[in-house]
Amino acid sequence: MRIDAKGMHYRQLNKIIREAVAQGEKEFELDNVGGQRYIGDGISENVKITINGTPGNDLGAFMNGPRIIVNANAQDGIANTMNAGEIIVHGSVGDIIGYGMRGGKLYIKGDAGYRVGIHMKEYKKQIPVIITGGTAGDFFGEYMAGGIMILLGMNGKNPIVGDYVGTGMHGGVIYIRGKVDPYHLGKEVSCLELNEEDTKLIGSHLKEYCEYFGFDLTEVMSGKFTKLVPLSHRPYGDLYVY
Amino acid sequence: MKCEGLMNPSKKDGYHWVLQRIPSGCAISGIISEEGRRIDGRVIIKSIACMHDRSNGLGGGFAAYGIYPKRKDQYAFHMMFDNMEAKEATEEFFKDVFNVDKDEPIPIHRENGVSNPPILWRYFLEVPENKLEFLSERDYAMKIVMRINSEIEGAFVASSGKNMGAFKGVGYPEDIGKFYKLEDYSAYIWTAHGRFPTNTPGWWGGAHPFTLLDWSVVHNGEISSYGINKRYLEMFGYRLELRTDTEVIAYLFDLLVRKHKLPMDRAVMALASPFWKDIDRMEPGQKKIATAIRQVYGSTLLNGPFSIILGHSTGMIGLNDRIKLRPMTAARKDDMLYMASEESAIREIAPDLDEIWSPKAGTAVIGTLKAEVE
Repeated sequence: MRIDAKGMHYRQLNKIIREAVAQGEKEFELDNVGGQRYIGDGISENVKITINGTPGNDLGAFMNGPRIIVNANAQDGIANTMNAGEIIVHGSVGDIIGYGMRGGKLYIKGDAGYRVGIHMKEYKKQIPVIITGGTAGDFFGEYMAGGIMILLGMNGKNPIVGDYVGTGMHGGVIYIRGKVDPYHLGKEVSCLELNEEDTKLIGSHLKEYCEYFGFDLTEVMSGKFTKLVPLSHRPYGDLYVY
Repeated sequence: MKCEGLMNPSKKDGYHWVLQRIPSGCAISGIISEEGRRIDGRVIIKSIACMHDRSNGLGGGFAAYGIYPKRKDQYAFHMMFDNMEAKEATEEFFKDVFNVDKDEPIPIHRENGVSNPPILWRYFLEVPENKLEFLSERDYAMKIVMRINSEIEGAFVASSGKNMGAFKGVGYPEDIGKFYKLEDYSAYIWTAHGRFPTNTPGWWGGAHPFTLLDWSVVHNGEISSYGINKRYLEMFGYRLELRTDTEVIAYLFDLLVRKHKLPMDRAVMALASPFWKDIDRMEPGQKKIATAIRQVYGSTLLNGPFSIILGHSTGMIGLNDRIKLRPMTAARKDDMLYMASEESAIREIAPDLDEIWSPKAGTAVIGTLKAEVE
């Protein structure tokens, strides 16, 4: 189904999509998208939504299955509490993406803003993954409780990540391609070298990522990665215990 | 406070919902042609309308620079009056303190979505020479603005700069823009605001932009340091009567840049100061400056979440709080600089851009009029 979203209010656009999904429609292409919010939110079917234009905030929030492809930049609040599915952004994204994300994949070709993956979490096989090709702002992985984040810095900008990386982190793992000045790190993370299992893990995720965006996997993997893990699973357990 | 009762919906029956706190965002957008090309108001309306759902109809407004080229040396006072008595009292006062060259109603178009406007009138004013013995012209004009806002019941100065004006009210911004017939104005700087009042009432004077002389501010967020900033400003003769935090931003720029003559980047450093931990890592020269600014201007530090666009006679500046708690996107195309809460609001009016980026927290995006424009 092809929809011209020019000048359409988000309610109308999302109503059309929802009704078509209920009727069994599997593929959507949205043209002239200009800031419409909540696209793909809460949809549980395995549909594919291609977005041409700039989608609005909270793209793919509470999403449970669809694959969304954005052929532009995207804004704030993507993949909020997303449970399953894929969001592939052929550009950069705004702030607070992957907030409380609990499953699925979010692949970004360019940069990400502030507060990526705050309080991401995982449960058994339900492991969310965020891969960012460029740089990211402050509070990357703040209070992260689970899942995998990979930051590549492919555009060579410096620093690759802002301050307070992994502050309050108590689960999951962050891989950053390059060196991270300890100054940028939160007090609750430790910096490790990659072991064989790590290399295998990021290799498998990056293979798919590189295919989407046409990056050379060998080149991406040739960079030296830093691994960040939480020092404790309960960093504040003793905070008020005297 | 004086503004109570001045078109303040919270005071009227049936409007009690205004007092509920609904946490959400406002919308801001700004454009500048650095070459000084004039653009009519339809463009900025289109941009701010794209972010309709960030506002709730309780405030919208615009600031426009370069709109009165034939009267560019006169103060253009855009006034809001509750009633004829307020208008008459103000006009009596103007006769004493200014030479009134011209006055006229601000043209409006009654539009669905905009109701109960105050009396909207504009005055083109000159300062009599004999008033300037002990004061600069702009200090004089500033004092007049303060006096009207705090002393004349039912009168409110919407803007008081030269060759610029603010157009604002209670409604969605796109409705307010049509109400004021902004298609009839051409400006080289436009800023716009869609309001979602959270902590203070939605009333005509409380809509953004907030202005003083040539300064105008549109703001998304809240200034938690309002009390400290207010007390500091009061020491320099500013009176804060509008029951809103945004007012302090306009006055702080006036104080730091116009009165204290700080370069713009230093003023920005005072308002959104680097953290001490970052100052510790600066090279010695920068460190000395940043330390001095924080020590001297500690009371001007703006705390809390904000993104603002400041308009002034020679440029436009975008600024975020120090940890980017409110959104801001900036972009360039040829001589145009764009800033908005959302990228879509920029793409709406400029689909093809040379460059688009998310400004860093506490780092100003500065647009400057390059040419001397008529």
